[in-house]
Amino acid sequence: MTDQTIIAGKSLTEPSVIAPRRRREVFSKHRMSFVTWLYLYASLLLIAAVVLLPLLTTAVGGFKTLGDLRVNPFGLPNQWVWSNYLDILAGARYWQMLGNSLIIAVLSVILTLAVAAMAAFTFAHVKFFGSGFLLNYFLIGLMFPVATAILPLFIRIRDLGLLDTYWGVVLPQVAFGLGMSIMLFRKFFQNVPHELFDAAQVDGCGYIRYFWHITLPLSRPILATVGIVAFVNSWNSYLLPLILLNTEGKYPWPLGIMVYQGEFSTDWQLVLAFITLTILPTIIVFFAAQKHIVAGLTAGAVKG
Amino acid sequence: MSQTMIAARAPGIRGRPRNKGTLPVLILFLPPALLVFTLFVILPMGEAAWYSLYDWNGYGLPEKFIGLKNFELLFRNGAFRQALMNNGLIMLVSIAIQIPLALWLATMVSHRIPGAVSFRLIFFMPYVLADVAAGLIWRFVYDGDYGLFAAIASFFNVASPYVLADKNLAIYAVLGVIVWKYFGFHMMLFIAGLQSIDKSYYEAAEMDGATRWQRFRNITLPLLAPTIRLSVFFSVIGSLQLFDMIMPLTGGGPSNSTQTMVTFLYSYGITRMKVGFGSAVGVVLFVICVTLAFGYKRIFMRND
Repeated sequence: MTDQTIIAGKSLTEPSVIAPRRRREVFSKHRMSFVTWLYLYASLLLIAAVVLLPLLTTAVGGFKTLGDLRVNPFGLPNQWVWSNYLDILAGARYWQMLGNSLIIAVLSVILTLAVAAMAAFTFAHVKFFGSGFLLNYFLIGLMFPVATAILPLFIRIRDLGLLDTYWGVVLPQVAFGLGMSIMLFRKFFQNVPHELFDAAQVDGCGYIRYFWHITLPLSRPILATVGIVAFVNSWNSYLLPLILLNTEGKYPWPLGIMVYQGEFSTDWQLVLAFITLTILPTIIVFFAAQKHIVAGLTAGAVKG
Repeated sequence: MSQTMIAARAPGIRGRPRNKGTLPVLILFLPPALLVFTLFVILPMGEAAWYSLYDWNGYGLPEKFIGLKNFELLFRNGAFRQALMNNGLIMLVSIAIQIPLALWLATMVSHRIPGAVSFRLIFFMPYVLADVAAGLIWRFVYDGDYGLFAAIASFFNVASPYVLADKNLAIYAVLGVIVWKYFGFHMMLFIAGLQSIDKSYYEAAEMDGATRWQRFRNITLPLLAPTIRLSVFFSVIGSLQLFDMIMPLTGGGPSNSTQTMVTFLYSYGITRMKVGFGSAVGVVLFVICVTLAFGYKRIFMRND
């Protein structure tokens, strides 16, 4: 009965669609034709191969000798050479770089969370003269890359005596992430039911205690989101440390890896092992916490 | 009785409880963010505009006022014009190739098929890696002695191309890496967008016998338009600040053929400590960002 009406209705405009329509009815029950299925998987596998091949080559390349790498860059090693990796892991350099990155990233996350959450809390709950203007002032920061002000920034950091210190990198990094962080926090805080605040007020709880005892414990998801964004940005950042640090012992890994590549540029097998080891923490953390990371990194985009 | 209660609660309901205790919050919670943001974002941007009018090496005070000479030098500089063109090309490729690719993949992995989640994660993975690491990995893949191209060339017994050393090819090699690294991010945005489309539209369209293309063209595309506009916006802003990835791949060479505005700023302004000239680059970048961001928002994102 329904079938007939559809055919009748459709035949007015497009009589030839009857056959394809039948096929789609099968599809709509979440089964698809073999051809569609094949096309889908072939495409997905092809793209996945393009994505993964460079990464796998890099990881496997670290197990080869230079000669092996030259003859056979993409296959499995003739003979698995573990020393490339083990030497790097045994040396201090790799750990120092990761340590530097970790310190800078952790400081950036803590400072971002503290400073942005407090500011966003006032924007979400307190109406004061000029609050709209001030909020927009922070949101300007969303639009501009660090590069627009990099030279004056260098001079400011130098004049403050912070050149070649962790804080010299942390402060500008936090500052340029503030716009996004405040925006994300504010949206979240505004959605906390106001009845909670009223109840707290009745019990004689002021803003600051309310922030500390009620807002923050309720805000774990957004703290995680903003924290992840700040951490990933800091962990991967290159331009700021490149300009603001000049002692190799303080270099975070993106800088360290470039120095290493410069030193061993002809020994690709070592460079490949080094790259693999430096991106390994990122990949492990990504797969361990993929839901949070994907949500965090796309949050600014989706909510902004 | 009930009226007075409502009156007493009204401010709370409106979410702007006016009560004592707002002053301590304002004094404690806002200044940290304001200080960091002003000191490291707003002031440096203002200073960039100021310094750009001087010939200054960064020591002492800027005294040699030269008006707009820096900008004149800048636009006469062939490398900078090349950089501007490259930034434009990157923008174009991001919009014309990367976004359609991301959209196509998003529609595919949104099917309920086995492995869809794994494919999403694999496609997103390059986005999580640092640009520097991605650049170094691809430097190996492109390497004329060891990489993929070397392998292909030796398979066909022809001379191996040195892609990154060829001033006509290098920029395309860079564009390839950009797409490889960023399509997954846009795909995730589109997946989120697709999930928010009401399934009943598709069911209705299927009942009417709409072809797959018709469903895509008339349901998916219009309903996804806000996400697409957002994605284009990110591509535009992102392509303007490209730096980290270029440095390990080509450093802007050969003969400036892969220079972007920020790599130009780095090699011509920062490494030579030409603060005035480098600040002028920053100002140009700033103006382009503002114009594109506001223009784009005004024209396309009015309703989002």
